[in-house]
Amino acid sequence: MSSARLQIPPRIFQGDVFKVRLLVNHPMDSGFLRDIDGVIIQRNVIRHLLCTLNGREVFRVEPTTGVAANPLFEFYLRATESGDMLFRWVDDKAYIGELRHTLVVEAANVSKPASN
Amino acid sequence: MRFAVCRTLLCGLLAFFGLVLTSHAQQRPIPLEKLQSGLHFSGPEVQSLQTDEFANPGNIALDSGIKYWSKPEGKSNKSCQSCHGELVKMKGVSIRYPAIDKATGKLFNLEDRIRNCRVKNQKAAEWTFESDELVAMTLAVTSTSRGLPLQAQIDGAAKSHFENGQRLFMTRQGQMNLACTNCHDQHYGQKLYTDPLSQGQANGYPLYRIDWQRVASLERRLRFCYTGVKAEIPPWGHIDMRDISLYLMWRGQGLPVEAPAVRK
Repeated sequence: MSSARLQIPPRIFQGDVFKVRLLVNHPMDSGFLRDIDGVIIQRNVIRHLLCTLNGREVFRVEPTTGVAANPLFEFYLRATESGDMLFRWVDDKAYIGELRHTLVVEAANVSKPASN
Repeated sequence: MRFAVCRTLLCGLLAFFGLVLTSHAQQRPIPLEKLQSGLHFSGPEVQSLQTDEFANPGNIALDSGIKYWSKPEGKSNKSCQSCHGELVKMKGVSIRYPAIDKATGKLFNLEDRIRNCRVKNQKAAEWTFESDELVAMTLAVTSTSRGLPLQAQIDGAAKSHFENGQRLFMTRQGQMNLACTNCHDQHYGQKLYTDPLSQGQANGYPLYRIDWQRVASLERRLRFCYTGVKAEIPPWGHIDMRDISLYLMWRGQGLPVEAPAVRK
């Protein structure tokens, strides 16, 4: 059931530092709450989220119960090469979520738009 | 003689004002020009989260609602799209709900309409109230009217519902002995513990509530208000909730639809 949304700049140039935003649809049940019948809702949080580019790890996070539902992950990468970006996360129920994106890095040239 | 003329005049005037008063019996506690969406009272963090097209957490439910729209379901093997066309054609639908259902004569909110259509026309399994699917679909339909002003109809068959909603809004209830109007008309903008009280406007619903970490319907929010004043909560689908919703939509007439909205 887990799905995600990814946001990166529309054009990325060689050497740029760009922002990656990933919004993951996940309940992040802390295991401390009870449902309406008083039964504890089993802990189910994302244990591990990994981002790889061409098979090389570029970002990793291990969230715990302190993170709210539908977490938003933001991090920066320096553009060095084009390739396949793969996001993969696993939760307490051993569910594995995946999101793929083809990253295109354009050659830096003089007509590059101003960064600010 | 002069006295008699004066008396007739006075009676006439009184009768005239009486007429004026009855024709404007539906007094607005908050004048239209002073209406403010709940977003105004939410604080900068929530406001920026709502306006962030990407990070707005309501978008996740919205995405799945858009997917359900074209997914064939039930014995009819039809999707919503098979009959209604593209989702954008639903623009302007949500702003007039709750509305009277012609077939049954009952007051339907948008959730009722979707549930009814699903069982009657799609011949599919019922969606329970507040299920992920129902909330997502309602959000998807509502989001097409984003920016349009609320325009609930309160005349005709809806009149008695409107009046009941108004009565409920103005009636003190629960162990706290509070009416909706005590907070949301008389004290909005002031703080209840740490948060400012809103006007209780319904233009954002269904919306993502950070407290509940999911998108929630107006009915769920109203139930939560009943909990707040420690009143007995009517069962899901109760007509009182629809009546209050209708009153709220009229009360917020002209406020723009914000779906997907975010609130604390």
